[in-house]
Amino acid sequence: MRAVSATDDHDDRNASDPVVSVENVTFGYGGQPVLQDVSLEVESGAFLGVVGPNGSGKSTLLELVLGLRRPDSGEVRLFGESSASFDDGERVGYVAQNVAGAVRSMPVTVKEAVRMGRYPHRLVGRFTESDRRAVADALDRVDIADLADRRVGRLSGGQRQRVFIARALAAEADLLALDEPTVGVDAESREAFYDLLADLNSDGLTVILVEHDIGVVTARASEIACLNRELYYHGDPETFADAGALAEAYGTNQRILHHDH
Amino acid sequence: MLELSTLTNVALLTGFFEWFLTDAYGTVMDLLAEVSGVRVFGYPYMQRAYLAVVCIGIVGPLVGTFLVHRELSMIGDTLAHTAFAGVAVGLFVNSAFSLSVNPLATALVVAVVTALLVELLVEYTEAHSDTSLAIVLTGGFAVGSVLITATDGGISVGIDAYLFGSLATVSKSSVGLLLAITLLVTALVAATYRPLLYVTFDETAARAASIDVARYNRLMVVLTAVVVVSAMQIMGVILVAAMLVVPVAAAARTARTFKQSLLLAVLAAEFAGIVGVTISYHYGVAAGGSIVLAAIGVYAMTLAGGVVSDVRKRVVPNGRRGDRSERVVEADGGDERET
Repeated sequence: MRAVSATDDHDDRNASDPVVSVENVTFGYGGQPVLQDVSLEVESGAFLGVVGPNGSGKSTLLELVLGLRRPDSGEVRLFGESSASFDDGERVGYVAQNVAGAVRSMPVTVKEAVRMGRYPHRLVGRFTESDRRAVADALDRVDIADLADRRVGRLSGGQRQRVFIARALAAEADLLALDEPTVGVDAESREAFYDLLADLNSDGLTVILVEHDIGVVTARASEIACLNRELYYHGDPETFADAGALAEAYGTNQRILHHDH
Repeated sequence: MLELSTLTNVALLTGFFEWFLTDAYGTVMDLLAEVSGVRVFGYPYMQRAYLAVVCIGIVGPLVGTFLVHRELSMIGDTLAHTAFAGVAVGLFVNSAFSLSVNPLATALVVAVVTALLVELLVEYTEAHSDTSLAIVLTGGFAVGSVLITATDGGISVGIDAYLFGSLATVSKSSVGLLLAITLLVTALVAATYRPLLYVTFDETAARAASIDVARYNRLMVVLTAVVVVSAMQIMGVILVAAMLVVPVAAAARTARTFKQSLLLAVLAAEFAGIVGVTISYHYGVAAGGSIVLAAIGVYAMTLAGGVVSDVRKRVVPNGRRGDRSERVVEADGGDERET
C-alpha cells in the first residue's frame, strides 16, 4: 500500500498506519545474529526509548527502521510503507552519535547544516520563502539562532546535537530518530537536551531514542523497549521496573544502572 | 564521455574555441603582457599553459573539497596512478598495432572504470580501506611500468612528460578539451551541490533523508577520474592529486562557510598555479612540482596565520572580533569521549 510519492502531501497515507511497524524482524552480520524475531509498533506521537546492553542490537534496530539496512527476514514499515522503498526523506530526522568525523573538521556553519533539512524538499532550485522560514523557525525552536554563523565543528557537543535536531525540524519531519545522542555531552547540556526532546514530543513529534542511560529514558519516554537480541519488554515506563525484563535482558550479574564508559 | 555528434557541430565548436583562444583570451593576455611588462603573458604557448592551470585550479579544488572532507584524499592519487596504466595501455596498443589512439583517452577510460570498481567495492564491503586503495594504486602503476618496458623501450620515450608533467605538451586541442571539461565539471557540481554537500557532511543522515547516496558517490569518483586525467598532462601522474587536496586543506582552515571554502580553495589553487607556472618558465624547472610547492606555501601560510592568531588570542584574551582568521577558541568542544 504505497503512498503516492509524487505529491508532497503527508496526509495521503492511511491515518491508522503506525509510524513504525516492525514485524518478526531477524537480522545478523555475517551469520552473527544481532536481532531475532523482533516485533513492535510505534504510534504517532509516541516517545519510544530503546534500551539494552552494549551490542544488544539497539542501533541496528534503528538502522532497520530508517531503511539503512534490510532485515534478513520479517518486515519493517515506515508510515505504512516498506522502509526499503520509503522515499519521503523529509519525514524522518536522524541524529547520530556525537562522534562523526567530517562534522568536526568540515567548514560548515550551523545555518548551512540546518538548511540541509530542506534538501529532500528541494534538491535543486532556489530556496523559497517557506524554506527559509522553516530554517529560521528551526534555529529558534532549539535556541541556537545566535550560533547560526558558527562552524558546527567548533561548537560544544550539546550545541552540535541541537543543530541536528534543528535540521530535522527544518525538514518538518514527523519522526525523529536518535542514536545515543548525548554520549560525551556534559551533564547539564544533557538534561536540557532531553527536556527539549520531551517538549518537541508534546508538540506532536514522534521520537525514537536509543539510549544506554536507562534513567534518562524512563523519566521522559512514553514507552520503553528493552532489547538484547530479542525484545524483552515493550510497554509503559511505569511497569518496566517491575517487569523484571531489565534483569533478564542484561543478565542478573550486570551493573545495569551504571554508565558503561 | 565525449560524443562526436556531427562534424559541423565539432567544426563550429573548434571555430569558437579558436576565436576565444587567439582573439579574445589571447588579445587580453597580450594587453596584460604589454601593460605589466611581464613578457611571458604574451607568448602563445605560455598563454595556453596559464589557461590550462586556471582550469585545473577550478576543477581540482571543486571536486577535491568533497573528497578531502570525507577523508578520501587517497582516491585522487589512486586514480592518477591507474590513469598512468591507461596511458601505458594506449602507448602499448599504438606501438603493437600501429594505431594512433590518444593515450589520454585510454587513461580516461581506465581511470573511470577503476573509479567505478573502487566505488562498487566500497558499496559492497561498506568500507573505504587504505589497504585496498594502496593495492589499486601500486597495481595500476605496476601495470603501467610493465607495459612500458614490454616494448623494448620503444615507448618509454616521453613517459617522463606523463610522470612529472610538462608545459610543452599543452597543445591547442588539449587546452580546448580542458576548457570543455572545466565547464562540464563545474556545471555538474553546481547542479548536484546540495546532495554532494549533504552526503559529504553526514552520509547516514543523507541516506535516512532518502538521498541516493550511492549515485552521488559514483558521480564523485567519476568526476575525480575525469579531473585527474585532464590535469595529468601539466601536473604529472605523481603530483596531480595535490591539486585536489592542498588548496582544500588551506581553505578549510580559514573558511567560515562551506561555500566560502570552495571559493577560497579555488583562489588558492589559482594563485599556486599561476605562480608555479611562472616560476617553472623562469627557472626552467618542472611545472607540476612548482605548482604543488606554491600550493603548500599557501597552506603553510594558513598554518602560520592560525598560530599567530592563537597566540594573539592568548595574549589578548578579548581580542577584537572580525579577525581574518576564524581560529578563535569559540567553544570548549565539551569533553567528548568515545564509548
